[in-house]
Formats: sequence, structure tokens, C-alpha cells
Amino acid sequence: MPRLKEVCRYVRSKNAGPFWVTVDLFFDSPDNYAQYHADPAISAESIAAIYGVDAAYVKRFEVKSLNMVKISYPRTTPQGGVVERDMHSGQQFVPLLELQLRRNR
Amino acid sequence: MTATKAADDVRVLVPAGVLGWGIRADEIDAGLAMAPHAIAVDAGSTDSGPAYLATGRTKYGRPSIKRDLSILMAARRRAGIPLLIGSCGTSGCDMAVDHTLEVVLEVAREQGDAPRIAVIYSEQNAADLKVRNAAGKVTPIAPSAAVTDADLDACTRIVALLGPEPYIAAVTEGADIVLGGRTTDTAVLAAVPLMQGADVAAAWHAAKVAECGGLCTVNPTSPGVMMSIGRDGFTVEPLSPQNSCTPETVSAHMLYENSDPFRLVEPGGVLDVTDAAYVALDERRVRVTGSRWETKPYTMKLEGAGGGPFQTIMLVGIEDPNVLTDVDSFVARMERGLRDRVTRTMGADADIDISLRPYGWNAVSGRRPVEGTPPPREIGLMFVATAPTQAMATEAARVCNPIFFHFPVREGNELPSYAFPFSPAEIERGQVFQFHLNHVVHVSSAFELARTRWIEAKPALRNAANA
Repeated sequence: MPRLKEVCRYVRSKNAGPFWVTVDLFFDSPDNYAQYHADPAISAESIAAIYGVDAAYVKRFEVKSLNMVKISYPRTTPQGGVVERDMHSGQQFVPLLELQLRRNR
Repeated sequence: MTATKAADDVRVLVPAGVLGWGIRADEIDAGLAMAPHAIAVDAGSTDSGPAYLATGRTKYGRPSIKRDLSILMAARRRAGIPLLIGSCGTSGCDMAVDHTLEVVLEVAREQGDAPRIAVIYSEQNAADLKVRNAAGKVTPIAPSAAVTDADLDACTRIVALLGPEPYIAAVTEGADIVLGGRTTDTAVLAAVPLMQGADVAAAWHAAKVAECGGLCTVNPTSPGVMMSIGRDGFTVEPLSPQNSCTPETVSAHMLYENSDPFRLVEPGGVLDVTDAAYVALDERRVRVTGSRWETKPYTMKLEGAGGGPFQTIMLVGIEDPNVLTDVDSFVARMERGLRDRVTRTMGADADIDISLRPYGWNAVSGRRPVEGTPPPREIGLMFVATAPTQAMATEAARVCNPIFFHFPVREGNELPSYAFPFSPAEIERGQVFQFHLNHVVHVSSAFELARTRWIEAKPALRNAANA
């Protein structure tokens, strides 16, 4: 069972307005997309747990034509403010790279 | 599906993703050769955070804005087509729009130009919005709750995002240049195609693809694109002959900075691109068909930001291996030491927050690194004091300075000295700004919250004599 970074060619995160973060998972092949795009490790519930948000708000889109999955979740605090560590949410993808996928090859 | 450019396409030259980015005169020349019907560009965003709306300051400097405006205004005059600029001055608040207008008038004088300018303001006042809110006309966007009077009062400035209608009215009434307050990125680009009867869904979708300029191309550093909107779809191509668009670069752009890659909520409708087809016309151009537009009651998104407390920061570099073998416990103990020091010197009631961010360890995420992570080679330890006034934040930094500078690895050890890069050590960072609104206001007309003002630029006399 691979880690997410072993089946994606590119993973990125970005603010989508001041109140949302969006993460794009570009799989490295149609095969790996087919095999892992619905893996429980990247379900709305798993993502909610990783980022400490309510799963009901997590949006998840599968874009087969680009072999990618997009996951959006609300920021715990709006962009900016006293405790901001990542203004553009550009580093928020990093905890996902080591995710252990659960499906077998 | 037609694979050729229809004769009745409406073409909009989009010179860059944002005014001030660095528009290229050679690209504009190439674009004008394609006989566009308008030049349109976005000049704003909330992307860089709340400071720009809260203060009215522009993200790009006046010289950068003036340089780009000079190129675009000369091109507009040469081609005899309207120039539309949305979200002027980053936030699109009235002050930022007026800043842009002042630069436009200066360029007009220098170029001996006398354009007819429409300025569309969209800043709102809290008192009016409280009345609308009480009438149930202000509703939240997920994940926010209903807006309160306190939320509205916390905003220094509030703007409503304009749709294309006020731009269309201004161009119809003969504006050479339209300077808009805060506007959806797409509306300013879609305005002229919508005005000329192009397909509605194609106009909005083309605008979404082109709104970041070259980001929908193979080489995003080449900033200009042309969008050509017809009756059954649109074509997008870079202005630079060396650059190209591919079906993948164009379709992938719907992903960027959008929480939903298929549905985009705009004033008066929703763009749905779920079934859009992206086809290469040749090596540089992509034709897009199949996008849909769903009309809905008119809403305008609100953005509001205001000032909060103040911060003063300090930074030290640490290479001492004795610190780096256990950064977490060192930082935790230092934080306690700093808080004690603030309490003893400034009083237990002082409203001071102290935060330490070890860059090179876990400052970015704030998460505890996994067990067994090897020690870093060095860290940059940032100290942030947050207080109700700048003076208090700086006083906190000054009283903390000796501890931040000399905190021992173990109690009773000799005092080390860490590496300050600056003197004085503390830096007054200024005020913290915060976004307070994530809501829409329901209006009965696209013009209800827009205010248009007309200005006739007068050329300088000596230039007029030469004209």
C-alpha cells in the first residue's frame, strides 16, 4: 500500500477566498487515479480529521479528465488575523504527502 | 461543434491577470492586431489578505500601476475600443478607486488624451447593511453564521462585488475607460461579450479562464491572453505567438483558487462547467463548448475587513546543538519564561499575547513533528507580541528581550546568546487586520449598490495643440 506522494505527480494547496482552503491531488497516471481516487485515506471524513474541521463542510470533487481529486475545507480562522501561520494556505498540503493509502494495488 | 472562429465572435484582450503585474507592450501590439472589441483587466483580489481592504492601500505600487496604465491607455486610444478595469487598487474600495483614477488622469494628461471615464463605486456603509440585514437581505456563505451588527461595525471598509451590468451601462453610454470598484474577477471581462449578445455561459466561462491572464497557458510568465466568445462557445489563446494554450492548461485553470471546480456563483447566476468540452484548435488555441448558465436571483458578495490589535516581532537564529536536540521542550519552556516576565513587569492584567514560531522546525504548521524527526541544523525563532496598542506590543518585546536572547538550555546553566540579525532587535510590524464578512446581500437590481460618476479628462493645453 503506497503513500499518497508515491501515486501523485503533484499535490498543492491554496486559499480559495479568505474562508476556504482547496487541495488538489494530481495522480500520476489514469491507473493510479482509478485505483486510489476513492481511497478511504482521502475521504471527506479523513480530511476533516487531519485539518480539525467538520466533515459536513468538506467538499470533494473527482475530475477524471485530469486524473485529479480536489478537496476543499473551511479554514479554522479566516485568512490573516492574529494567529496566521500560512496566509495563502500554500503549505497546507504537506501533511497529506505521507498519508498511507489503504487500498491494495 | 465548429472548430473555426466565428465571424461574430466578441474578442476581449486580457493583458494580464492583474493591473500592475507588468504588462508587455509587445503582447498588446500582437493582441491589437487581432482586432479586439475591448481591453479588460482585473486589478484586485482578497488573495493577499485583509490588510488591503482594511487600509485601502494598493498591493502594487503606484509606478507599476502607472506603467501598465500607460501601455493600456495608449492601446485603447489607438484601437478606439473601451478599456475596463475591475476592482481598482486591490480592494476596490472608494479610496483605492480614486487612487487609480488619479493615476489615469495623470497618464491622460501626459499622453494628451481626453477619455470619457466612468467610475463605478461599490463601497458600502455598515448602517445601510444593518437595515438590509434586519430585513433578511444579508445571508451567510458556508461556513459562516448570520452577520451581526457587531461584525459590520468591526469593518473599517465594506465592499459589494459588482456584476457586469454597471460596466455594460457605462460602455453603452459612451465610456472610453471604466474604472470599477470591487467586482467579481469574471464580471469585468465578461461585460462587453454579454453586452454584444455572445453566449452567456461562454462569456462567463471565458472570463473565468482568462481572469488570471497567462495562468491558463503553458508559460504563465507571459501574461496576456485573448478570449473570443461566440454563440456556441469560446476560444482562448495567448497574446504572445511564442506561448500556447492546451486543453489541459485551460481546463485545469478552473481548479485554481476555486473551492468548487465546476460551479461558480456569480451575481445573478451560476456558471456550471461540469459538461464543458475543451478541444485544441491548433497548437496554441483551445475551443471550449458545453458550459451552462443558470439564472438565479441577484446577489452581491460582501467583503469587509477591519483593524485588530498590534504586533511587534523579534527574530533570533539558533545553531546551538544543545537547543536543537529538543526544540519542542526548549520552545515550551522559553514561552513560559517570557509569559512570566511579561506578567511580572507589565502586570497580570496586561492584554498581551506572546507566540513563538520556530522556523526550520514547525513554525509553518504549528503541528508537533512526528516522533524521531532528526534535529534541524538551525532554526529561526520568531517572537510575536500582540497587544491592543503598538506601544504595549513593543514594551512587551523590550521586557522579553533579555530572556529571548539568553534563555538557557537547562536551568542553572551559563547564559547563552543567540544570533540577533538586527539592531534594535524588535520590529514594529503594525496592526493585525481581519476579514469579518462572508455573506451576500440580496438586491432587486444590479445597480442598487453601485454608484457611477462620469469624468471628462482634459488634455494639457500644449498636448491638445499638438493633437
